[in-house]
Amino acid sequence: MKTSIVVFPGSSCDRDIERAISETLNTQVDMVWHEETTFSNDPDLVILPGGYSFGGYLRSGAMAACSNIIEAIKTHAAKGKMILGIANGFQILTEAQLLPGALIPNTSLTFICQKAYLRVEQTENMFTSDYKIGDVVQFPIAHHEGLYFLPPSELKELEDAGQVVFRYADPVTGESGAEYALEGSLNGIAGICNKKGNILGLMPHPERATFKHLNGGVDGIAFWKSIAKAFGERGGF
Amino acid sequence: MDFHKVGLSDSEYKTILEILGREPNALELELIGVMWSEHCSYKSTRPLLKTYPQKGKHVVQGQGENAGVVDLGEGWGLAFKVESHNHPSAIAPFHGAATGIGGIVRDIIAMGARPAVSMDGLFFGDSNLQKTHTLAKEVVKGIGFYGNAVGVPVLGGKTFYSPAYNGNPLVNAFGAGFVRLNKIASSQTAKPGEFAVLVGSKTGRDGIAGASFASRELDENDNASNPNIQIGDPFEEKLLIECCLDILDKDLMTSMQDMGAAGILSSSSEIAQKSGCGIDIQVLQIPLRDKGMEPWEIFLSESQERMLLIVKEENLDDVFKITKHYDLDCKTIGTLTDNRRYKVFKGDELIANLPIDILGDTPVKFWPSEVPADLSERQAIDLSTLKTTSPAEDILKLIACANGNSKHRIWEQYDSMVQLHTIMGPGSPVAAVEVPETKRACLLTMEAEPWKCFTDPYLGASETMALSLRGLWLSGADALGMTNCLNFASPEKSERFYELKESIKGLADTCRELDCPVVSGNVSLYNETVSAPIYPTPLVVTAGLIINRDEILKAGMTRSGDKIYLVGENDGSLGATRYQKMKNGKPLGKTVEPDYENEKLFRERAIKTAREKTANSGRVLAGGGLAVALANEAISSGVGMNISIKPQTTVESLLFSEGGARAIYSVPNNKIKEFENTWNGFSFDCIGTATGDSLSWDNLFTIPISDISKAFLEGE
Repeated sequence: MKTSIVVFPGSSCDRDIERAISETLNTQVDMVWHEETTFSNDPDLVILPGGYSFGGYLRSGAMAACSNIIEAIKTHAAKGKMILGIANGFQILTEAQLLPGALIPNTSLTFICQKAYLRVEQTENMFTSDYKIGDVVQFPIAHHEGLYFLPPSELKELEDAGQVVFRYADPVTGESGAEYALEGSLNGIAGICNKKGNILGLMPHPERATFKHLNGGVDGIAFWKSIAKAFGERGGF
Repeated sequence: MDFHKVGLSDSEYKTILEILGREPNALELELIGVMWSEHCSYKSTRPLLKTYPQKGKHVVQGQGENAGVVDLGEGWGLAFKVESHNHPSAIAPFHGAATGIGGIVRDIIAMGARPAVSMDGLFFGDSNLQKTHTLAKEVVKGIGFYGNAVGVPVLGGKTFYSPAYNGNPLVNAFGAGFVRLNKIASSQTAKPGEFAVLVGSKTGRDGIAGASFASRELDENDNASNPNIQIGDPFEEKLLIECCLDILDKDLMTSMQDMGAAGILSSSSEIAQKSGCGIDIQVLQIPLRDKGMEPWEIFLSESQERMLLIVKEENLDDVFKITKHYDLDCKTIGTLTDNRRYKVFKGDELIANLPIDILGDTPVKFWPSEVPADLSERQAIDLSTLKTTSPAEDILKLIACANGNSKHRIWEQYDSMVQLHTIMGPGSPVAAVEVPETKRACLLTMEAEPWKCFTDPYLGASETMALSLRGLWLSGADALGMTNCLNFASPEKSERFYELKESIKGLADTCRELDCPVVSGNVSLYNETVSAPIYPTPLVVTAGLIINRDEILKAGMTRSGDKIYLVGENDGSLGATRYQKMKNGKPLGKTVEPDYENEKLFRERAIKTAREKTANSGRVLAGGGLAVALANEAISSGVGMNISIKPQTTVESLLFSEGGARAIYSVPNNKIKEFENTWNGFSFDCIGTATGDSLSWDNLFTIPISDISKAFLEGE
């Protein structure tokens, strides 16, 4: 398996993700600068990391979505290969219209860094097959523009198509919904996939829940395992 | 031009004339004036700072560089420093605090280290004033705005409220980074013939002469329109981090210096002077943001996000390629020479020509010192008169008060987990971060005790330092070194100078006795407004090391059934404690006298306890004393306690006194014997059991932990 992590000026979770997948996945990792026009190593998985691409100026992800590499990402997506966008990476995916919706400022108008609890809402995609529907996992969040927003009709379409993968939830009851979304996301949406299930974007950080000696828990390990499993089962693309 | 306008005294000007043998021209006078300012020259404190113990087996780089470096083993070092950004934050809280983070991050880069940790010491005014909250909100937003975007996690800090900071809040920014010991950069290794290269932002009119601004008292007319304030761009800074580390990694530079106070002037003159060189600077080469800037403005501008690199001719092309990759401006602005002169050219015209030492070897200022007339008044209280009618009520008040309650509303606005190395973050009494590629952990404590320093500067500073060490020892770490930020009022007033001198002595003696060298620091004077000076506020950050990160003893890990132990004496002092302040409305009375022998006994046993894992949890006694330590431990562990212990003096002293080497431990039943063996030779006592869902103390009080939790999280 081969992975490319796209690095934008201002990305800050690129090295974190490199470490998390290097320790959990059997994969080669290539760091690809945003000015490239192609992926030279023909990756199976492309990851857009968190951080402040282009300083977050204009709108989070807006300028990165105009980078050279975006065309190559779209080609990669059209082939049905995997794309994962975490936090700022999710914002870039929506700005590039590879995923629907938008991430807008938190209702508190403050940055929020906290542990967040997510209910796994579907497992028919390439990123959550190692979980069961209804599992509640803890991935930390750290964002200022993390409120997932869509106009009502498109939101209904997204829900009806079962594209919501993670929803903020109560860790005790496992109940999910808008009331558990610290930043105010519609329907408590924390992560979504495209219809084919090969592109996933989520605001919480699974890489921060991967090492047991660190303070973010270990619920992210199953996330990386799911990717390995999806890849293994399909025997490549 | 009038030399008084650039902040020089008559005698200083006389010395300048003697050195030069002529009158300086207007530009030269501006340059000298800034470099001789308190902010740049440390003229009032240099002789005092020399009294700090500076050597130690872990010290790789001591005072005199952009940051200190201590050895973490396995080829890694920790570069760290704390700096103030008090004056800018008082005038423009958001941008002042933000650029404070930017400045400390560049100090860490300048050592060749990747910035990895930040912490903040925040001292705000009266918590009952709306003004205080408005200011605090802006400061916190500014720190988050900058720190989050550059991707450096905040691992903790200190927040303190008191009317003493009403007109003059303090913002102290701590930064640390990891550096390979064979890759440490220096500002003292430039050689004649090499080029001075300016990387980063264009130079504008922002922050001109900020150093002089920080070298006087704030007056009522200082406000946000003041051009002394700099504006930060964290995106540019993030690119600067990656770019400088890239250039360093490829061995393309020989020396580096960040541009802080007095911008191009201080960075270029320092690097040349410390390297034993001179420098020629071509002012027309400096990329400018504003039109028509005069040379003196260009040299004194404190525009943010700029670094000065020293590069050999054969490496210039590669350096330009790398800066272009990061889309950063880069320009050769000067050449190192062997004539030890600081020369500024405007085209062919030589517009300043000074001996380099006049900018670097600045004079020392000795101020008279006098015991404050009201010091005995500050100390005069019969502490035995402090009476509690309801211990439960008092404990809840101490937990809920502005200086006791949870600061999660602040630290949840900071990214505390980016870089994937946070072991213990904000909310823990001690911060811990993994050392890259090893099993080691670096631990950090930040402490300040303004009330105790107010009633006795020497004892207060000593207790501050000891407290920072105890936290490390209890967690299982050996101390490697300390950095400090000395926030004081005007040294020109003899009573204020006494407080400064005594505080430094308290820190120096304690560091010397307890083997903790001082590797870096910052002094911020003139912290006062027309109405009042701040409390003497020395803030320390101490770094420690644990070889095996699995041996960190954490707080908040008490399990039901554990025996609760108090180690150390039953009583400290009630002087200038959170409890005394609550009862009297102002700090009164002295804290404890240092007892270094006792501290050493504590150190040995505390480290052993962590390494041998004979306790599940531990916590040193700090603000609010034993009662608050137990209450905090109960809520963070989610388990109650039954405590039974007879006071040796008074109930109040037992519950609420502070100071001295004292801690609580939670010991599982199967480790009691080992634990007691370890603490043999030191005062210890089993004082209760962890059980139930209340904190109960004989017949004194029973408080449900849900009530304590509510007080802690919601405050007053």
